[in-house]
Order: sequence, then structure tokens, then C-alpha cells
Amino acid sequence: MTTTSQRYETVIGLEVHVELHTKSKIFCGCATSFGAPPNTNTCPICLGHPGVLPVLNRQAVEYAMKAAMALNCTINTETKFDRKNYFYPDSPKAYQISQYDKPIGEHGWIEIEVNGETKRIGITRLHLEEDAGKLTHVDGGYASLVDFNRVGTPLIEIVSEPDLRSPEEARAYLEKLRAIMQYCDVSDVKMEEGSLRCDANISLRPFGQQEFGTKAELKNMNSFRGVQKGLEYEEIRQADVLDSGEKVVQETRRWDDAQGRTLSMRSKEEAHDYRYFPDPDLVRVQIEEDWMNRVRASIPELPDARKARYVSVLGLPSYDAEVLTSSKELADFFEDSLQHTSDAKAVSNWIMGDLLRYLNENNLEMSAIQTTGQALGEMISLIEKGTISGKIAKTVFKEMLETGKAPAQIVEEKGLVQISDEGAIRGIVEQIVANNPQSVEDYRAGKEKAVGFLVGQVMKETKGKANPGLVNKLIVETLNR
Amino acid sequence: MSISIHDVEHVAKLARLDLTDAEKETFTEQLNAILRYAEQLNALDTENVEPTTHVIPVANVMRDDEARPSLPIDRVMLNAPDEEDGQFKVPAVLE
Amino acid sequence: MSLLNQSLQQVHNGLVNKDYSVAELVEQSLNRIRDVDGKVRAFLSVHEQEALAAARKLDGVLAEGGERGLLFGLPAGIKDNMATDGFPTTCASKFLENYTAVYDATVVRKLKDAQAVMVGKLNMDEFAMGGSNENSGFHPTFNPWNLDFVPGGSSGGSAASVAAGEVYFSLGSDTGGSIRQPAAYCGVVGLKPTYGLVSRFGLVAFASSLDQIGPITKNVEDAAYVLQAIAGHDPMDSTSAQVDIPDYLSSLTGDVSGLRIAVPSEYLGEGVDPAVKAAVREALSVLEGMGAVWEEVSLPHTEYAVAAYYLLASSEASSNLARYDGVRYGVRTANADNLLEMYTRSRSEGFGPEVKRRIMLGTYALSSGYYDAYYLKAQKVRTLIKQDFDRVFDNYDVIIGPTAPTPAFRIGSQVEDPLTMYLNDILTIPVSLAGVPAISVPCGMADGLPIGLQIIGKALDEATVLRVAHAYEQHTDHHTRRPSL
Repeated sequence: MTTTSQRYETVIGLEVHVELHTKSKIFCGCATSFGAPPNTNTCPICLGHPGVLPVLNRQAVEYAMKAAMALNCTINTETKFDRKNYFYPDSPKAYQISQYDKPIGEHGWIEIEVNGETKRIGITRLHLEEDAGKLTHVDGGYASLVDFNRVGTPLIEIVSEPDLRSPEEARAYLEKLRAIMQYCDVSDVKMEEGSLRCDANISLRPFGQQEFGTKAELKNMNSFRGVQKGLEYEEIRQADVLDSGEKVVQETRRWDDAQGRTLSMRSKEEAHDYRYFPDPDLVRVQIEEDWMNRVRASIPELPDARKARYVSVLGLPSYDAEVLTSSKELADFFEDSLQHTSDAKAVSNWIMGDLLRYLNENNLEMSAIQTTGQALGEMISLIEKGTISGKIAKTVFKEMLETGKAPAQIVEEKGLVQISDEGAIRGIVEQIVANNPQSVEDYRAGKEKAVGFLVGQVMKETKGKANPGLVNKLIVETLNR
Repeated sequence: MSISIHDVEHVAKLARLDLTDAEKETFTEQLNAILRYAEQLNALDTENVEPTTHVIPVANVMRDDEARPSLPIDRVMLNAPDEEDGQFKVPAVLE
Repeated sequence: MSLLNQSLQQVHNGLVNKDYSVAELVEQSLNRIRDVDGKVRAFLSVHEQEALAAARKLDGVLAEGGERGLLFGLPAGIKDNMATDGFPTTCASKFLENYTAVYDATVVRKLKDAQAVMVGKLNMDEFAMGGSNENSGFHPTFNPWNLDFVPGGSSGGSAASVAAGEVYFSLGSDTGGSIRQPAAYCGVVGLKPTYGLVSRFGLVAFASSLDQIGPITKNVEDAAYVLQAIAGHDPMDSTSAQVDIPDYLSSLTGDVSGLRIAVPSEYLGEGVDPAVKAAVREALSVLEGMGAVWEEVSLPHTEYAVAAYYLLASSEASSNLARYDGVRYGVRTANADNLLEMYTRSRSEGFGPEVKRRIMLGTYALSSGYYDAYYLKAQKVRTLIKQDFDRVFDNYDVIIGPTAPTPAFRIGSQVEDPLTMYLNDILTIPVSLAGVPAISVPCGMADGLPIGLQIIGKALDEATVLRVAHAYEQHTDHHTRRPSL
């Protein structure tokens, strides 16, 4: 399959929907909470009853502005809302209030890093719109149930330029986008809860060809992995079609995660005609300079800036900085640790090693862990002070992750304090040396490895609590006596 | 411009209307008459005229982000033509 | 004389002096409905028990000496396109035959605050599309002056119920003339306020950029009272005007000396009935006699108004009426095996021909490739029409002309020809496009049918419109005539 990438260039553009985490819906006062019983977060307005009118939520506009600014978009100083007309049971008014020709933001970009190289990806536009409801299929597929709780949740749609050249780049772009939204604190950006959704356009063209090939639109990719897998599958499928001398059909395809392939959605070939027109129920939004400045001032340091700081100020390797800043929770956790230790690299090693492994093995999110960055910093300072050994610390950290207890408390309760009392250790060392004459002989015969064995025996005897440096020193002393 | 029966069928589909053959014919005739009448607008030069969407020039009408009580579920479902478990029931999307 | 024929102040005094109770007042309205509505058919639903209960509650307020609202105890009818919590709100459409509103329109809440008593919901052209009430999905309403004639529309039930003395006042809605034209046809007063003066929240949308609620009353003073009660900014309506509401009652000074009146030549041109022209000229000389001056002016884009209006209104309507899909409310077809059939059959069975026609026109006008030629073009022409009015209002206080080119027409005489029917609105539509206020007041009779005088004012200058209409009324007796039923 490697031949695919040799013959054709892959062209991908992503359309990403992000739910903004306002308290109330975009055009009415219903709550936006996730997981409420069906239709209990609805009112005449979001149910589209006869006679109702929308009133715009200011916070939704500000979140959209903030997101657009963080993506380096130009903010349109005059923006408006349009009706996108289409019938579907999850759309109560049979039109979606969206933005057609005057989106909040345009002409933005973000940078991604793939295989150590930085690449700029263009963002065509970012606009604000309302979310639809949810359908559940019942009666063996003969009927559907409609829950309108989600209707009216504010959404931003972020459309990228067709600048992505591989599924890996697409994934990196999506992860970067999520990180930026998270840093801006405008969304929960959880793909599994649907607060981050991604559709993709993908096409292939022979290398060197200017015009784009025929694209397929890919839907239903519900995880970052799914996005990459779906695009990888589609890349190969389209290459096979082209290789066999056939043409790629322009269509919408659905990624089936269980089957590991994309399937044509084969909707009736009715061309969409959304009949956009300015919503007469809403008035234009003018974004004045001082409003823009206020929102801009609320944007915190973004991942790229943090990453650069970690490298230049804290001296971390670029790779560490990239991983640590990939999510705001991780970066905040990292920075919290530094309140108790100045060894940034040590913190980074603990996070990238023990912490991420723990999350991976248990399939957990950062939000699920019990401990804090401060606690990790405290633990590292215990190592620095010699209170515990690095080896013991692994046990302590695991306990911290599972129980949330402070490291000092764990050390105390489990009696894990390192033995650094020379007299106490010397006694044990002498006993071990006396019990292992063979090792003494080996050492004297020049076999340095014997020291390691003896240290191991002492550590075993002290249940790992003896200060390993001290043990080593005393054994050598004893052997040379 | 003149509208054909085919156009009327296409528009009816967009508007989710199921028209009888007689209705299609009547509408073709009547819509053509109305659109012919509307053609007089082409006599006006509107090249440099701004469209009017709102007669009163207002901007930035927005509300604060405050959640208010929703409608009780019995009132939500009061007019439901078909329901199941507090949800609206509809026939399947495809045949 | 019926209590419903007395002035608002008289009724109020009668209630306060305990000459009669609110319940008796409401009874009178209900009795009259029982007596004549079989002929007029202005109502789609009458809510006797609820009205009497509300009346008794108000009698309690009276007994306790509690505070009394501006419209205390007055029996009112509401056009059936305004949401009334717990009551049917059908828009005279079969589609909404079984629909019960789950909230109150802002105007309905305001009427409750002013302590009026809703006795029922009034007939109209389906979804307010029409000018004769023949497009009601249930039954036509008949003109109380001559039952063979239409009452006008779309607020035909609102105008007929007031003319027939069934209610003290009613609310109508006006998109292209739907308050003024039926008021003219039925010989009552109908006021279309400036777009945005009265909240549209709860008014079932026909054409959102044009729709406006207003009062229909027997005289101008009552109109001022009702407007006072319903006007004002509403945070639920983004297009609602953010202005302070003046005291309309105090503007009724009777003084029009020095008033500058513009009379558009286009409003007295070809196609306007000679009797209508004569009545308007007579009215102008009455005003002249009171010290006003009038001059002929031109509103040059008048002839384009109807075309622009039908494109704009139908386009907006095609989108506004898309929500009637049979998913959450309304009548769902019994004959659907899949979703598409549910949509198309529910809508086709529920909507009448005029509604379908306008949805078709609007869908076409907005569809891909035609937006610029139709919708955008019409919006630009709307600008030109608005500029016509702006220019005239630079030099004049009000514009006066007929409300409609002819008196009411015979039932069934125009149903076959939508375009002719649309042209009945040629004198009210430009005003709606400009968004300015206008009132229709009775100014004469022709062959036993009333004629309406239209007084048009500057945006948000309802006070002047009411002052001129009221002064005119003081010097004439057209508004005192009542049909015999």
C-alpha cells in the first residue's frame, strides 16, 4: 500500500463543528447541559412553535470571536445571520440559523507539526450557527424518536483550506484545533460527547497536477483515531479506483468504525438548495474596535506560544514541549508542578512517562485522575531532598493517581521514607557481605558486577527503602576493607 | 423567464408539497402570471441601491447568557402527533 | 344601546359606579356573539367559561378597590394568529386545527396586564394570506354591512367582530394591509403601527420583515387606548423598537391647524373607484376646513410595490411556514409510510391553495440562481419605495389617500384570479414596505358599503396619525354608523 503515496497526492480539507459551552442556548434561555432526559431542555422557541422569535446570546458571539481570533482569522466588523432552509426531523424550524456570506471570522491559519516539520494550514472561515436535535432509530429502523435538547446549542463551524496532505496531518490539525479551543475555554471539545465533530473532504490527484481530483465527503468519524483511520481507508480506496482506470464518484461516505471501512451513504441524488437569505427576525451584529479588543484580551497564552516558552525558558526538548502543550489540562498540570520543583525536565519525564502511560493503560482522560500538578511537584521535591528514592516514587505516584492522597501522606502511611542513616545501613551491609562470601571472592577477582548483586540484596532486605547511593558506597568500603 | 411544469415539480419537492396534476397546471399558469407581473421591477435601475432587510436600523440586539426554566415535558408533548418515552416519533427517514 | 357602543371612559365609569359588572359587560359580548355570529361568522373559537371566569375575577378586583388596568373589563377578540396559552391558535389553517398554544404572545400578556377579557379567537385568511377571509381553512367571514360581501382580510374576523358589536375591540395583524383594508371594508378604525412598535413575539409569522400587530376599534380614541396598552419594547423580539412610548391619549387634541398633508397622485389614479375618490376629497376638505393644508405629491415607485411585496412576503413565508412539518404539532397525515410522505402529505392536506401558491412562489424566488433576480431585487426596490416616503415626509406631516381602491367586493368574485386580488392592496402595501404607521378611518359609504380613509405618518409618529384621525372623526359622523344585523 505504500505505493499509494508515491503515485498520488492526497488533498484533505476538514469541516469542524465545535459546541460552545455557554450556559444557555444561542437563541433562547434553555440550558445547554449534556445528558438531561429527552426534551426537558426545550421551550416554544427552540421547539419552533408558531410565533416564536430568536434573540441572540451575546456570550456565544464572544466565544466565536475569541475562537476566530485564536485561529488568526480576520474578524468581520459587520456580521449577520442567515436562514439555511432544509427539512429534517431534527431541525424544528426546517431552517437552521447560520451565517452565509458574512461569517464572524475569515482567512485564518494554524500551525501543525508532523514528523518534526512545521506546516501552516489555512482556515477559510469560522461562523456561528445553531445545533440540531438528535434522532434515535427504533422499531427495527421503521421509525425514529426525536430529542430536541441539543437544538439551539451554539456551534462554530471551522472550515479549513484544502491544505492537508495526509491523514496524519489531518489528525494533527484536528488535535491542534482542539487544543486551541480548550486553551480559549470556549468548548468542552469532547468528541465522544459530540462537542467536537469533524467531517472531511478528501481527494487524490497525480503528483504535479494542479487541479483537485473528485472528492468524497466523509462523515461519522467519532474519534481522532477514527478521523485518521477513515481518511487512510479512503486514500487507499480512491487510489484503487483511480488505478483501475475508473473515476471517483463525488458522494458522501460514512466511516464505519466497527467494519473499518467507509460506505456510500447513497442518499437520493437530490441536489441541496438551501435557499439562504438574511434572517429577518435578527438584526445585524456590529463588532466595534473596543469590543474586539476586550475579547482579544481574554485569550490566554495559546499552545504554540507555550511550547516556545517551554523550550526557550525551561530548556525542554521540543518534543517534550509539543506533548505537554497538546492539551491545556496537561500543560496546566505541568506548570502547577513547577511551583514545588525547578527541575522541568524531571516533571516532563514523569508526565510523559508514568502519567501518560497510566492514562493510556486505563483509557482515562486527564479530568479523571485524582492527583494534581502541585502534588507531582511535591513528590519530585521529596526525591530531590532524598526523602524517597526514584524507585519508591513510582509506587508513590501510582498511589497518588489512584487515591489523590498527598505524596508525604503516602510515604508516611506506608513507611516509605528512605533510610539514609549510615549506621543502620552499615549493619545490614556487613551482614549481607558476610552471608555472600562468593560475591566477595568474585569482587576481589575483579568482577565489579558483584557490587550490583550485593546492592540488590541490601535493597531487598530494606524493602527498597535504603538510599541506593549510600548502600553502594558502604558496600565498596566494606569490600575494600 | 418562464416556469415549466418541471420547475413547479422541482419547487414543490423543495417545499415538501405533494401537488396533484391539476394543481401543478394551475400553479404553473398562476406563477407565470405573477412572475411576468414582477418583471416590471427590471425597469428600475437598482445597481447602486442598498437592499432593505430591516426598516428600522438597529444592530447588536443581544441577551445575556442566562439559563431560564424550560417548558415542562407534558407541555412540550402536548401537541405531539405521535410520541414515545418523552420523544417525538416520526417515520423512518428512508423508505 | 349596547354597552359595547359606549365610549371607553363611559364603560369604565359604569363599572366603577357599579351600574353594571364586568361579568354583565362580558355577558353582553357573549350574547351578541350568540345572536349574530351565525351570520357574520367572525369567530373561530369562543371561550365563554374562561371569559366569564376572568370577568368575575375582575369584578373581585373592583369590589376590593384594586388597581384597574387601562382596558379594564373590556371584551376583546384576538386574531387567531396570536399565541394564547392553553387556547387554540389555528391561523385559520387546517394544519393547526388541533393546535393549542403553550405560551402567550407578548400582546396577549399585555392585554391581560391591561385587564381586558379575551372572549375568543377571530377568523382570518389562512396564515394571514389574503384580503377577503375567503382563504380561511374553516369558513369565510361575512361583511356585517352586507352578508353577500367580503369583510376584507386578512384580519376579516377582527374587523367584522367590531363592526357587528360582538366585542369592544379586537387585535389584527397587518403585513400588506391586513388591518387597514378590512377596517375600511367594515367601517371601523384599524391602525397599523410602525414596524417594530408592537412586539411580534407570539404573532405567527407570515412575512417577518413586514408583520405588525395593531388594534381594530370603533373609534380613534379606543385605538389610542389599545395602542397604549400593547406598544413598547420587548426583549423577546430582536426587531422591536427601543423607544419610549408617548402618551397617545394626550395627543388627541382635535387640533390640525397648520397640518401639512401630502396627497399622492398615484393614490387617486386609475383603478380607484369614483365614489372612493369623492369620499377622500370630501375628507380632505373637512380637514382643510379645520386649518390643515394639502398638496398633491408623487410617490413615484408606487406601481412597483405590489410586485416587490409579493416576492418579499412570499419568500419569507416559504421559510416561515416550513416548520409546519407534522413532527411536533399540527395535523399529521394518516397516509405516510416514510418521512418524505409524512412531510409532503401533511403539508398538502393541511394548507389551502393560496398558502401553497405563496410557498411555491417564495421557494422559487429564493431558489438557487434566482435569489438576486427576485428577492434581492425586491429588497432594493423596497429601499426606493421607502425613500419615496422619506422625501415626502421631509415636507409634510402626514400622507392621506384611500385605504383601498374600492369598497368591499362580492364573495367569490375574485377568487379565481390571485393577481387581481393582490392589486386590492396597492394602496396599503407601499406603506407596509416603508414600515411607517397608518390608520384607516371610515369616511363615507357607497352602495351601503363603507369607505376607508388612510392617514399615513412618519416612522414612530403614531401620535400625529392618531391626532389627525381623531380630529377628522370629531367633525364627521361616519364612525358612528353601525350595520343592522
